[in-house]
Amino acid sequence: MSAQRKDSPEKTFAEQMAAETGIDVRKCYQCGKCTAGCPMVPEMDYTPSQIMRLVQIGDREAALRSATIWYCASCLTCSTRCPQEVKIAEFMDALRERSLKAKKVNPRARKIIAFVKSFLGGIRRAGRVHEISMVMEYKTRARDLFSDVLLAPVMFVKGKLKLLGKPVKDRQAVARIFERTAGAK
Amino acid sequence: MATGYYPGCSLEGTAAEFDMSIRALAEALQLPLTEIEDWNCCGASAAHQTNHLLGLALPARTIALAAAQGMEEIVAPCAACSNRLIAAQAEWLDNSGLRGDIEHAIGMPLPAGRLPIRNCIEFLLPHIEKITAALRKPLTGKKVACYYGCLLVRPPKVVAFDDPENPVTMEKVAAATGAEAVDWGFRTECCGAAFAMSSTASVVRLCGRILDNARSEGAHMVIVACPLCHANLDMRQPKGMAMPIVYLSQLVGLAVGVAPKALGLGKHITPVAPALA
Amino acid sequence: MARIGVFVCWCGENIGRTVDCPKVAAEAAEFPGVVHSVDYKYMCSDPGQGLVKEAIREKKLTGVVVAACSPRMHESTFRRACAEAGLNPFLCEMANIREHCSWVHEDRGEATAKAVQLVRVMVEKVKRNEALFPIKVPVTKRALVIGGGIAGIQAALDIANGGKKVVLVEKEPSIGGHMAQLSETFPTLDCSQCILTPRMVEAATHPNITLHTYAEVESVSGFIGNFDVKIRLKARSVDIKKCTGCGLCAQKCPQKKIPSEFDEGLGMRTAIYTPFAQAVPNKPVIDRAHCTKFLNGKCGICQKICPVGAVDYTQEDTFIEEKVGAIVVATGYRLYDFRNGEKDYGIEGYGEYGYGQYKDVIDGLQFERLASASGPTGGEILRPSDGKPPEKVVFIKCVGSRDCAKGLSYCSKICCMYIAKHAMLYKHKVHHGTAYVFYMDIRAGGKSYDEFVRRAIEEDGAVYIRGRVSRIYKRGGKLVVVGADTLLGGTGGGRVEIEADLVVLATAMRPQYGIEALAQKLSISYDEYGFLSEAHPKLRPVETNTAGIFLAGACQGAKDIPEAVGQASGAAAKVLGLFSGDELEREPIVAHVNQSQCVGCFYCEQVCPYHAIEREEKRDKAGNLIARVAKVNAGLCQGCGACVATCRSNSIDLDGFSAEQVFSQIGGLK
Ligand SMILES: Cc1cc2nc3c(=O)[nH]c(=O)nc-3n(C[C@H](O)[C@H](O)[C@H](O)COP(=O)(O)OP(=O)(O)OC[C@H]3O[C@@H](n4cnc5c(N)ncnc54)[C@H](O)[C@@H]3O)c2cc1C
Repeated sequence: MSAQRKDSPEKTFAEQMAAETGIDVRKCYQCGKCTAGCPMVPEMDYTPSQIMRLVQIGDREAALRSATIWYCASCLTCSTRCPQEVKIAEFMDALRERSLKAKKVNPRARKIIAFVKSFLGGIRRAGRVHEISMVMEYKTRARDLFSDVLLAPVMFVKGKLKLLGKPVKDRQAVARIFERTAGAK
Repeated sequence: MATGYYPGCSLEGTAAEFDMSIRALAEALQLPLTEIEDWNCCGASAAHQTNHLLGLALPARTIALAAAQGMEEIVAPCAACSNRLIAAQAEWLDNSGLRGDIEHAIGMPLPAGRLPIRNCIEFLLPHIEKITAALRKPLTGKKVACYYGCLLVRPPKVVAFDDPENPVTMEKVAAATGAEAVDWGFRTECCGAAFAMSSTASVVRLCGRILDNARSEGAHMVIVACPLCHANLDMRQPKGMAMPIVYLSQLVGLAVGVAPKALGLGKHITPVAPALA
Repeated sequence: MARIGVFVCWCGENIGRTVDCPKVAAEAAEFPGVVHSVDYKYMCSDPGQGLVKEAIREKKLTGVVVAACSPRMHESTFRRACAEAGLNPFLCEMANIREHCSWVHEDRGEATAKAVQLVRVMVEKVKRNEALFPIKVPVTKRALVIGGGIAGIQAALDIANGGKKVVLVEKEPSIGGHMAQLSETFPTLDCSQCILTPRMVEAATHPNITLHTYAEVESVSGFIGNFDVKIRLKARSVDIKKCTGCGLCAQKCPQKKIPSEFDEGLGMRTAIYTPFAQAVPNKPVIDRAHCTKFLNGKCGICQKICPVGAVDYTQEDTFIEEKVGAIVVATGYRLYDFRNGEKDYGIEGYGEYGYGQYKDVIDGLQFERLASASGPTGGEILRPSDGKPPEKVVFIKCVGSRDCAKGLSYCSKICCMYIAKHAMLYKHKVHHGTAYVFYMDIRAGGKSYDEFVRRAIEEDGAVYIRGRVSRIYKRGGKLVVVGADTLLGGTGGGRVEIEADLVVLATAMRPQYGIEALAQKLSISYDEYGFLSEAHPKLRPVETNTAGIFLAGACQGAKDIPEAVGQASGAAAKVLGLFSGDELEREPIVAHVNQSQCVGCFYCEQVCPYHAIEREEKRDKAGNLIARVAKVNAGLCQGCGACVATCRSNSIDLDGFSAEQVFSQIGGLK
C-alpha cells in the first residue's frame, strides 16, 4: 500500500490536511480518549475518533458532510488529553471551514450556522455584538421564533438586555477585516 | 504601567454585572483600568470555527489598538475573549508568516513582542494580600464550587495558565474571601458554550451535570469567571436546582465591602442574594 | 606487489536478483593488483569458502575481498577461512553489496555499477592492510552483578554454579527486587514468593557468591577482564554479623507510621526494619531519615533491647574494593509516577486521573500488594480509602505508556498480561464483583499468554472495553470512570461511565532512578528513556558496547520474569565464556599514537569515551623530562576512532582503519 502511495503524486486527504493545517491525523491510533471525554457526543452522528478515522481512510465527503463537525463545542478537552497530541478541536475548525466552502454542510447544522452567521453579521456591521439584534437576526434565520420567549422579559427587567448597542467608531476598519479575510457572509 | 481593559461584548449586555463588579472591585483595590479605545469583538468561537484568518484578525485589531494606546497589558475578564486574544497572539508570534496577512487585514502594525493578557483570575491573583487586608465581610462558612470551564485552562500550552486538569488559582482567590472551596469533579467540564440557542438541549444537559455534581459535593453556590459559563449555568438550570451562579469578582467585591448594588447582584436570573447574605 | 583475490557472492537471489554478479567479478578482474576474481551462488557455504582457501594457496594471494553481505554477518566466517589457508585474517575485507546495494536499489544496471565501485574501494583498502594480531589480556575470573532482582539473582547463580566467583551488589536492604512484591505470576498463577525465595536463599548461601546488600557501586575503572570496582556499603546501623534477625527491635520501635516501600505505601513499617518477612538477609537496617534517635537524639530503644548488642548508631558508610573480570548490570525497573509526573525527564503526570489524589486510584504494584498473602491486607482485596472490598474494579492499561503527550511513546509490554492476571485474581477473591479492563490493544505474544488473557475474559468474566479513559472524578464515595467503547459507534458513540470502587492504572515501566549516573560510571550507553542499550538489538542482546559488561532484566527494556531470567542466563553464559581461558583475545582494531609527533594537547583524552588514553612521560638519556605524550591503553580501547578525528597533530591512527587506508578508499571511487 505504501508503495502505491509513493507512486501516485496525489496526496491523501489526511496528508493534504496535514500540509494545510499542520495537524496530522495519521498520528491518531483510535484510542477513543477524545470520544470518551467529549461533552457533545450525544448530539453527534460520528464520534470525534470516527471523524479522525474518516480522514485517515480518505473519506472526505463523509467528514465534511458530518453533523459532528458542527456540534463540536470547541471546548478543547480532546486536544488537551489526546495521547498522540493531535489537535482534534482545532482540526474540527478546519473541517468546518472546508465544509462551508464545499457547500457540504449537514442539514442538522442549520441552526448552528444561522447562529454563527448572525453573530458574525453583527460584528461585521457594528464591530461588536449587540445581543438583542443578534438574537433577532438569529431567530429569523433559524426560523426559531418562540424559544426562550419567557426568558427575554426577565432578562430585560434585570437589565441584562440593552436596547441599543455601542458600535465601534471605526466601522470601516472592521468591515475591511471581513473583506480582507474573505469572511463569512 | 497602563493596564488596558477589554470588557468585550457580553459585558456590555447580558453580563453587565461582571463588568460592574470588575470595575467596582478595581476601584476598591486601587487597580486602575483604562478601557481600550474603540475595541471590537474578539469573534468568539463563531469566527475561528469558520474562518481561521478572521479568527486571528479580530482579536489582533484590539491588541494592536491597545499597544498603540500605550498599554502594556490587557485585562480581559471574559474567558472567551482572553482565550481568543491569547491564542491569536500566540499564533502570530509562533508563525511569523501570518503577521503580514493579519496586519494587512487590520491595516495596523502588530506589536513586536507579547502583550500580557490577563483573565479575571490572573487579574486578582497577584493581589490576594490586598484582598485579605481589605476584607470587610468575610464569607466564612460559604461553600463554593469554583468552576473554570474550558477556555481559562485550555489549550494548556497556549494559555499557559494553571493546571488544565486540576486548577487551583480560583480556589486561592476565593479562599482569600474566607469562603471554603469544595472539591468537586466538574471544574473544567464544558457547559455547552455557544450552543445556548442553537442547541439548547445540549446546554441544559451539560449544565445539569455540572450543577448536580456541585450540589452533591455540598456547594452553596458556583463561582465563575466567564460570561458564557455564567449565562448558561444561570439560565439553563434544571427545575428545582436554584443554584446561585456568582462571578468571582462579585464574590471578592462583596468580601471587601463593595455595595451589592454596585456589584450587580440583583441581575441574576437565579437569585444569589440569599446565598450570599 | 599486491596479489588480491575478489570473491563475488550472489547470496542466492538476494544479491543476484539486482546485481549482475558475473559482471562485477569480470570488471574486478581488471583492477590493478587483482589477480583472481570469481563469482559464486553461496560464497559462505562450504564449497564457497573452499574457493577462497584454494585461491589463497594457489594464487599466493596477499589480500582477499569478499563482495557479499554485511561484515556483521560473515566477516568472521571469511576471516577464519583465510586464516585456515594461512593468510592473516585481517587481510580479508568484506564489500557489502547486499545491505548497501542490492537490498536498497531496484535498477539492475545502477546497482551493478555501484557494486563494482564498492569492490574497487575495498580492493584499494586491502592493498594497504597490514597483518594484525589479536591482543591478549589476562582475565580476573570473578564477576560483579549489580542489582539483586530475579535477573541479578539468576545471573549470579548461573555464574556461581559454573564454578566462578560472583560479587552481588544490591542497593536495598534485601535482594528479591520487584518479583518479591508480586502476588501470583502469569501465565501460570504460581506464587511469586514461593518460586523466588528459595533462589534468594540459594544466592545468599552459595559458596561462590559474596552478597552485599544496602550497597552501591561507587566507581568502576579498568577494562574487560580487569575491572576495579569500589563499592559503598551503606551504614545499616546494625552489625550484621552479630544480628540474629530475631526482630525484637522492629517490634519495639516507636516509629510505626512510615509508609512501607515494599508495600508501596499501603502498609506501614518501623524505622528499624526489614523490608519484608522473607527478606534476605533477614537483618534490619535503620532508616536514619525517620529514626527518632537520629532525628533528635532521644529514643535508643532498639539498642537497649537488642539481646546481642548488634545495634550501632555510630556506624558509617564503608568502602571495599573488588577486582572483577566481567560485570552484569541488572538494576531493573520502577513504575512511572502518574501522581507527580517526572519533571526531570519532562514527563507529565495524569491530571485527568486525579494526579493520585484519589486514594482508590492505585498502580499495578499496589494491586499486587493488596492481592499478596504477605501484603498489608493479608491477600484480601480491600480498597485503601475505607478498607471495604470493591464491587467494581476498573483497570486502565497504557497509563504513561504509548502516550507521547505525557512523554513516553513505548509499549511497556507486560501490562496486558498482569492486568489480565489482576482481573482474574480479583474475581477469584471477590466472586460477585466485576472487573472492567480498558485497553487499546491486547498484546499477549508469549507462550500460553493469549490463552491466559482469553481465560480472564471467557472463564472469569472480566469485561474488556476497547478504548481509553478520558478522566476519573469523584462522585460521593465512588470514582466515576469516563471512557469510550470504540467498538460501538453511532449516536452516543459508545461513551461508557462506570462508577468504580477501585481503579488500577497499568503505569509504564521505567528504568531505575539513577541509571544514567551508573551507566556513566560504567561507560555504557542508554536510550532516550534511560533503558540501557544492548550492543546490537538482534545479534548481541545481552552485551553492551563496552566489552566485558553485560545486561540482564528490565534495566534494558520492559520485560517479564521469563524474559528477564532468560537474558540473565544469557549474560551468565557470556561471562562464563569470557572466563573459560586465562587470557582473552581482543580484536586488534585499536588506536596508536605516533608519539614523536604528539604535541601533548590531550584533546584525545577528553573525547575518549572509554578512558583509554593515558599520559606518558618521555625523558632523555639523562632522565630529564622532554615531553608528555598520549598513549593508548589497548585493553580499554574499543577502536571507535574519536581520538583520531580529534587529534590536532594527526598523530593518532586506528589499526585496520588508518588514514591512508580510508583515503585510498575514497580515492578508489570513480
Ligand atoms: C504490577 C506488575 C505485575 C507483574 N506481574 C508479573 C507476572 O505475573 N509475571 C511475570 O513474569 N512478570 C511480572 N511482572 C514483571 C516483573 O516484575 C519483572 O519482569 C521482573 O521483576 C524484572 O526483574 P529484574 O531483576 O530485571 O528487575 P527488578 O525486579 O526491578 O530488580 C532490580 C533490582 O536491582 C536493584 N537495584 C536497582 N538499582 C541498583 C543500583 N544502582 N545498585 C544496586 N542495586 C540496584 C533494585 O533494588 C532491585 O532489587 C510484573 C510487573 C509489574 C509492574
